[in-house]
Order: sequence, then structure tokens, then C-alpha cells
Amino acid sequence: MDVVSILSGAGDDIAGLRDHRRVAVEQTQLAYDLLLESGDGSSMSRLERWAVAAFVALLHADARAADHYLGGVREVSADVALVVVRLAGEGAAAGPYGSYPAGPLSVEDVAGPDLAIDSGAAAALGDRLSAALRHAHRLVLHPRDAAPAWLEDLAIAGWDRPGIVTLSQLVSFLAYQLRLVAGLRALQEA
Amino acid sequence: MSRPRRFTRATLDWLPWLEPLAESELTERHYDGLVQRPRAKNPYFRLLSDDPDVLGARTRADLEIFHNTVDGLPRAERELAATTASRVNGCIYCASVHSAFTSHYSKRADDVDRLLADGVTADLGERWNAVVEASAALTATPPAIGPHHIARLRAAGLDDVAIVDVINAAGFFAWANRLMLSLGEPELPESADE
Repeated sequence: MDVVSILSGAGDDIAGLRDHRRVAVEQTQLAYDLLLESGDGSSMSRLERWAVAAFVALLHADARAADHYLGGVREVSADVALVVVRLAGEGAAAGPYGSYPAGPLSVEDVAGPDLAIDSGAAAALGDRLSAALRHAHRLVLHPRDAAPAWLEDLAIAGWDRPGIVTLSQLVSFLAYQLRLVAGLRALQEA
Repeated sequence: MSRPRRFTRATLDWLPWLEPLAESELTERHYDGLVQRPRAKNPYFRLLSDDPDVLGARTRADLEIFHNTVDGLPRAERELAATTASRVNGCIYCASVHSAFTSHYSKRADDVDRLLADGVTADLGERWNAVVEASAALTATPPAIGPHHIARLRAAGLDDVAIVDVINAAGFFAWANRLMLSLGEPELPESADE
């Protein structure tokens, strides 16, 4: 069974509907396998991948997905798992918020929080993972605020271009995966 | 050149914030991730080809979700779901591409322009309103889609295969919007007049 089916808890009837787009089901699972299970450790470590995934699932308030991804974090570091849960609680917000280029859309600007990482959390996570969680918080909740400075923040913390691409894919893929899960649950309940 | 300050159906450029691989550096593995060789000309896809296998999975899922129209939701309304997600997230570039597709496939340019100008509360008729409302709810963080959205889609005439298409199409743009917004920015072409 694919991970979207497991996380959504959807039954065979929903699986049958999704089978009308079989290639999408297969490629979504392949993206998961590549980003979480078999990913290249040189661009992003296994702990980094699962910690970011758990943090993103927690920001989406998806308890089942958060348990799944936190399990992977705990296999490597129980301390990191605790910090991820605490920071996700502190950083929880309703998105998307953010600002547009100054002009006619400015009336739609919505303010929202940035993630604060205290010194205790930073010590437990290290520079790279601290920067990754900060970036994930931005990308999940206020992507329209994106600016070159976001990528410079990652570079300063030790992320090279392939690492930034993989981190961006991981967070963005999870935003998709968690919405498939939410949508299929709604369909199952309707 | 200048940055667009409003949503538009016009063709925009997109400039990366990181210098991507040059075309001359691409290997067969990169081309496999690009799926369609002409995509090597595009700096967005060349940048994503740093992780070629993930790009390949992304692209093949994308093509299936939007181009497999043997049944389910018509292409126009899959593009409407993509446009809605992009409008909510604030991806002016993605919204330009997919609003142009929505308009092309539906021949409803005026309704598409209302969605771009007024946002997801624009009144576009019950069937489109149902697709837009469900897509917008799915795009929120945390996702806010519930059984009442599904019921409204069914009442508007969508079967459950079409409803999965709404979920796939709007959901996919949670992925696409975040990449386009965070790795570069849109520009108005030299010839454009906002």
C-alpha cells in the first residue's frame, strides 16, 4: 500500500478512484521513496529529512502523519524529535499569510509570525537543521514572502545548491502529500 | 524589466535566484528527470534537475494529473483548481500560466479574470464556485477541506473520479507554488505593459 493510503486511512473504494490516475499514485510514492527512504545523504542527511518532514506534518496539524515522521526522527535522535515537536507547537499558525510586491495587491497582505529558534533548540539541532526548520516554516506558512535572503540564510548555515533544491522539494512535496491525505479523508467521510 | 504587481493571464518570465546547471552540464540522468528534452531550456527545470530523480517523479505526476483526461474532471476545471491554489498562495507566476490554460480550455476569460482580480470569493456560477471553494480550502494550512466541500462538488455534478481530480490538481499546486515562489521570481517581459 502506498503512503498516501496509509496516512489517509482511506479504504479500497478510494484506492479504486485514485487508480484512474495510476501514474500519479506511483510517482507520488516514488517521490516519497526518493525524498525520505533512499535519499542521497550527501545533499541532506536522513535525520534532516525526517526531522523536516515531522515538522511540516506538525505545522499541517496532521497527527497521523506527524506520528509517522516523528517515528523516523526518534530512530536517530529522541532529543531532536522533542525539539521538533516543541518548535512546531511554538510556530503553529494559520496560513498562507504574507505580503505582495507593493501595489494593488497590498490590500491582501496578511501579517503572520516567523519561527523563533531559541539557543537551546539551536544547540540540539545544529546550524544546518535549525536553518532548515526555519525555511520549512516560511515555505509552509508564508511562501509568497520568499526572497533571495531566504536562500542566503540557508547558504550561511552550510546548505549548497543541491541541498537547497532537495530541501525545497521535500517541504513542497510534503505540502502536496498532506493535502492529498486531507482531501481523501474528506472524501471518505462524505 | 520589473516584477508584476497583480495577477494576470499574460505570459511572464521567471528568473532563478540560484544559477542553475548549464545545458552543457546536463547528463542523460538529468534529461530523464526533465522528461521532455525541451525543458532543458527552462532555468526552473534546470535548477530542479540538481535532484533529477525527484524532478522526474514530480513531472510525471504533474503530467498524469493534468493531461490524463480519459474520464473525470475536464482539463479546464483541473486548471481552475490549479489557478485557485496559486491565487490563494500568491504565486503570480503559476497563476498566470494556469489561468491562461483555464481560459483557453473553458473559453470563459471573463470569469477567469474575475477570479484573478477579486480572488476566490468571486461568483463564477455554482459548478466553478464549488471547485474554487474546495481548492481554496485544501490550499489553507492546515488544510480546511471537509465533507461539506465534497457534498457541494457532488451536488454541482462532479462524480468521485472528478473529485479526486480536484484534490490532485489543487494539491499538486501546494507543491508547484512553493518551488516557483521560493527559488526565483516572475518578471514582466520587456514588451509587456502592466
